[in-house]
Amino acid sequence: MLNNHPTSLVEAGARPVHPIFVPVAAAFMLGAFVTDVLYVETYMGMWETFSIWLLTAAMIVAALAGIALLVDLVFRRRSFRPVWFRVFACVVGALLSLINAFIHSRDGYTAVVPSGLTISAIVTVIVLYLGWNGWNLSTRREAAE
Amino acid sequence: MSVSRLAVFCTLASALALAGCDRKGGDPSKEIGANPVLPEPNQYLLPPMRIAPVVQWGDNVPTVAPGLKVEALATGFIHPRTIYPLPNGDILVVESNGPKAPVNRPKDLIMKWVELVGGGGAPGGNRITLLRPSKTPGQPMLRTIFLDHLNSPFGVALVGHDFYVADTDAIIRYPYVDGETKITAPGTVLAPLPGGPIDHHWTKSLLASPDGTKLYASVGSNSNITENGMGAELDRADILEVDRATGAFRVFASGLRNPNSMQWNPQSGKMWTVVNERDELGPDLVPDYMTSVQDGAFYGWPYSYYGQHVDPRVKPQRPDMVAKAIKPDYALSSHVAPLGLVFYNGSNLPASYKGGAFVGEHGSWDRTPLNGYKVIWVPFTDGHPSGMPKDVVTGFLDANDNARGRPVGLAVDQTGALLIADDLGNTVWRVTGADSQSK
Repeated sequence: MLNNHPTSLVEAGARPVHPIFVPVAAAFMLGAFVTDVLYVETYMGMWETFSIWLLTAAMIVAALAGIALLVDLVFRRRSFRPVWFRVFACVVGALLSLINAFIHSRDGYTAVVPSGLTISAIVTVIVLYLGWNGWNLSTRREAAE
Repeated sequence: MSVSRLAVFCTLASALALAGCDRKGGDPSKEIGANPVLPEPNQYLLPPMRIAPVVQWGDNVPTVAPGLKVEALATGFIHPRTIYPLPNGDILVVESNGPKAPVNRPKDLIMKWVELVGGGGAPGGNRITLLRPSKTPGQPMLRTIFLDHLNSPFGVALVGHDFYVADTDAIIRYPYVDGETKITAPGTVLAPLPGGPIDHHWTKSLLASPDGTKLYASVGSNSNITENGMGAELDRADILEVDRATGAFRVFASGLRNPNSMQWNPQSGKMWTVVNERDELGPDLVPDYMTSVQDGAFYGWPYSYYGQHVDPRVKPQRPDMVAKAIKPDYALSSHVAPLGLVFYNGSNLPASYKGGAFVGEHGSWDRTPLNGYKVIWVPFTDGHPSGMPKDVVTGFLDANDNARGRPVGLAVDQTGALLIADDLGNTVWRVTGADSQSK
């Protein structure tokens, strides 16, 4: 990577922006899975209401993460090396959560069971995978190491 | 990698797009009458929504069936919902809308938008206006504010000299003096009714028993289908029977999701009501209906509809309640939103209307094509519906499916004319026989 020197000290030390948002969105998605399980255990609509608000919050933060990722891709292209599989996982998790938000907007039991809970569980697996990788969708430049 | 990403994205995008098209409702006439055709429930990712944009009546008036004519009795109301003729010929118009609904879930914000676009969210007058048509033709009618500063009133009933108003949270009694045009005396609470803070179905209709000892109050459910929890449904989806002397009440009939406008059938003496059924099971489910109401009977909500059709959205289910559920008498088709009912016993309209029931259909918001937005007449024989309905007053939608008005409460005035409260056009329409002399 010797042919790819950082253009400025700012960029050399710059860390990507998107990891600020990714774990926050992920935490909301995880929370929705937990409250879905609580709904199935109790049939208390309150937990379903928690789930839909958590999913709504997740979608808002996921949108911010998407913007941050674009910022990283466009403005830090010299130092930013996306790991496309993780980006892909992120996008799938966000799209599934969007569908899940529509499902959770139904009234009553079928807002959660079966499809809502199933999607929450799949998204949870995706989120855990991303967490295992430190919420970062990129590799740091070797030169920085 | 990017190819498969694109593939997944396209699949998801087309799934979303599919959810948005080709979900049109079928022929509503198949789900009218004693044995409606009920399709399988269908829960869409994006439930169908079709809101009629609001336009003014201008110089237009509703279209009436042959042999009838229509005129605006009065206009300039603030969301008129209920019409109640007094024995002396005065006509009361209840101007009202629901209390501010809380935002409990994100979709409640979308419902607020639906109300905004469809004109349903306009504030109500929270008052009752009195109209006194002039005895001499050509003279303007007297118009006064009969009662003001009410709390989302809907039903009213006069028993002797006691005038009852069903606010959204209580039945209130006022003293009424014959011929007065304004009540100034303070009211006293006869009985509280289930009200806020959720108050999903806020309209409380009132009907006095023939002997005047009881009042019947309709209390709609506090949700579409229990999503606010069964705790919020205490004494709801019911018709309550309230003792006039003590204010004590009991549940007269239950399982009626949103009953309105109870009436006594003049032939059978039985109570009838129109009921708004549940949403979000598809454009052709669940048909709203009209039914006789039996003492102690259970009509299904929330556990089932039309007898034993179990609603998959209700948990825990109650097979014992489903088994008890009575199938309603007469389906009106899905999402027409019947809010007004009156049996016709007058002689102003052509004789063929006598004995039948007029139903005011407020109109759909979650179905394509639109359904309702008209006043129909259902023939009755010996106190039972006996045939397909006839469209009597239409034209609430213009040719482009914009809404000029929406019919709510109905009444028959002293001259035998049919009165229609139009809460979007803020008008009371008066329908008479084409050759009737009555002004």
